[in-house]
Amino acid sequence: MNIEQLTVLRTAAREKLLVRDGEKSKDGYEYHVLVCGGTGCVSSGCKSVRDTLIDEIKNRGLEEKVRVIVTGCLGPCNMGPIVTIYPDGTFYQRVKADDAVYIVREHLEQGRHIEGLMYRSPETGKLQDRWQDIDYFRNQKRLVLRNCGFIDPLSLEEYIARDGYAALAAVLEADSPEKVIDEITISGLRGRGGAGFPTGLKWGFVRKAPGTPKYVVCNGDEGDPGAFMDRSVLEGDPHSVLEGMVIGAYAVGASQGYAYIRAEYPLAIKNFTYAIELARANGLLGKNILGMGFDFDVEVRVGAGAFVCGEETALLESIMGRRGEPRPRPPFPAQEGLFGKPTTINNVETWANVPLIIHRGGEYYASIGTEKSKGTKVFALAGKVNNTGLVEVPLGTTLRQVIYDIGGGVPNGKALKAVQTGGPSGGAIPAKFVDVPISYESLAELGSIMGSGGMIVLDEDSCMVDLARFFMDFVQEESCGKCTPCRIGTRRMSEILTKMTQGRGTPEDLELLIELANVVKNSALCGLGQTAPNPVLSTTSNYRDEYDTHVKEQKCPTGVCPMRVAPSRVRK
Amino acid sequence: MGSERHTSVDEHTRSILVPHIGRQGAFVDALHDVQQAFGYLPEQALRVLADELKLPLSQVWGVASFYDQFYSVPRGRNIVRVCTGTACQVRGCQAVLQRMESVMDLKNGETSADRAFTLETVNCVGCCGLAPVVVINKKVVPNRDVERVIRDLSKGDEGDE
Repeated sequence: MNIEQLTVLRTAAREKLLVRDGEKSKDGYEYHVLVCGGTGCVSSGCKSVRDTLIDEIKNRGLEEKVRVIVTGCLGPCNMGPIVTIYPDGTFYQRVKADDAVYIVREHLEQGRHIEGLMYRSPETGKLQDRWQDIDYFRNQKRLVLRNCGFIDPLSLEEYIARDGYAALAAVLEADSPEKVIDEITISGLRGRGGAGFPTGLKWGFVRKAPGTPKYVVCNGDEGDPGAFMDRSVLEGDPHSVLEGMVIGAYAVGASQGYAYIRAEYPLAIKNFTYAIELARANGLLGKNILGMGFDFDVEVRVGAGAFVCGEETALLESIMGRRGEPRPRPPFPAQEGLFGKPTTINNVETWANVPLIIHRGGEYYASIGTEKSKGTKVFALAGKVNNTGLVEVPLGTTLRQVIYDIGGGVPNGKALKAVQTGGPSGGAIPAKFVDVPISYESLAELGSIMGSGGMIVLDEDSCMVDLARFFMDFVQEESCGKCTPCRIGTRRMSEILTKMTQGRGTPEDLELLIELANVVKNSALCGLGQTAPNPVLSTTSNYRDEYDTHVKEQKCPTGVCPMRVAPSRVRK
Repeated sequence: MGSERHTSVDEHTRSILVPHIGRQGAFVDALHDVQQAFGYLPEQALRVLADELKLPLSQVWGVASFYDQFYSVPRGRNIVRVCTGTACQVRGCQAVLQRMESVMDLKNGETSADRAFTLETVNCVGCCGLAPVVVINKKVVPNRDVERVIRDLSKGDEGDE
């Protein structure tokens, strides 16, 4: 299609979504019933809920009145399966197949809301019947997640209705590539994969770098255990990522793109691949995009279970069909990337921000957040917290707001001990810093990193030595082995931590652990190795007394560690 | 017998590789497809792959052995993977793994003698909201349902998607 046809299609598509905006429809549908179909809800049984809804709607002869739509991930996975009914936005949680029959007969036929399936505020005990009123959603600012859980991710039409591909059309029609890069620079967008490099600056380097063809790459190898933002965006709003990539390709002058998605995310791979096919079939990808003479295409590459492939140079190696081992930088991928050509590589969430920034303007985006950390960030809230799931907040929001106002606090009346951000590359932030506003800078000052957005809440029952052991085991397993500090250093640290958790550690071990951590941090080849010691460094500096109890008294204060294990069972 | 078996592996592998010949850097994709077909990467298939893609066998093996999700030995018909991501760790996946080891009478990484089941761990499947979870074949199963699903699978009831 061309730009004019896109505009016509948008007008028609919008009319079909009126019910979801709380308005009266023009096509006869009185209700839109949205069933969350994210990975979390699939595992809690949303498919049988959907099937029962459809059957019962048919049985009652309501097909012309009610539309059932399966959406991507809405966010609060612990409340699944989730059914939301528009025009009101009534939110039903933990819906079972039997409840689905009841929803059709009571809500859809009689217009009576079902209290038993509604969310009740744990603090006030009051029913919160619309999703917009629930604390979990009310305290968020959903920009990247604007479509997740609201549209059918397999429908191009629904994405277009929500201003989809409007940014791309505007750019191809009126903007020079330089203008696009300027807009991204003005927005202050920084890489959402963790390092926080200014996106506009990166694009500018690739634009100016000599060499053709140029490539754009989407890093969807979300390897940090405990992070699932990218999974949800790829599953729930794949076109936003794709549109971002096309705009990025136009800006830097690329003709081919690759999306590298980890194999552990089959639904994300399926939905994104389907989005590519739809876009290609409709002139939004491929040759002569929107009739404006710009050519660009995208291919999906599936990972094969290697954490290190989230590191950009390793990821590029993997796309080229090699062992996913990182290489020293410079040269940076912007100069010498995929197949030796200039390449811009950005994370899924970064790409999903791009259409939004272009559509609403860099100034708008820059008005959100702190001085140096602009916009919103999606976090995957999990661990010892009441409401687990995806949370999007403006940068500058405090950890307390995320954990208590949105997350509903720590379960079972336990005390908050720490928050682990940045996965195995980050650190544990002690509870006393819970009022610090979240930004790239503030988290670094606290000995952690923003990372890709994993946020694991730890309560008083968590042992910090065991946490450090867990991350070090993970990293030493995932170390690619190319450089010695990481290969041997992480192994030694893992062994020392295991010793400590088994009651065999000594004060000298603790000194050696800290020394090793500093050596590895300063000498490893890539980001994986350089950040691997962070969990050790942050826990030894903030929870030294806990380590001391382990190595001096051979006791674990929380009782988590299996102290005093018989020598024969000690791991070699 | 042996050569007949080789011939069929050879032909099957060649047919799988057709769409990948000449595609830039498509080698990891090709390995995925071969593994999909055989359930693991048979040595003979890797030899054919090296031949067809004009790569040294050492390089093919180097890549295949680098990634966690490529297997050089046959695995069970049903794969049970205990998630050991951070959220699952905080919520007690080690106890889940121990329970699975005793229920299935397999150690982490082992396949049962009748090849019905393989038990392994996986680094986070992004279902942290439901932690701890176990992935059975392609389905993420919350902790409370795991034993029921395994019982159903043992009875030959292919309950998965």
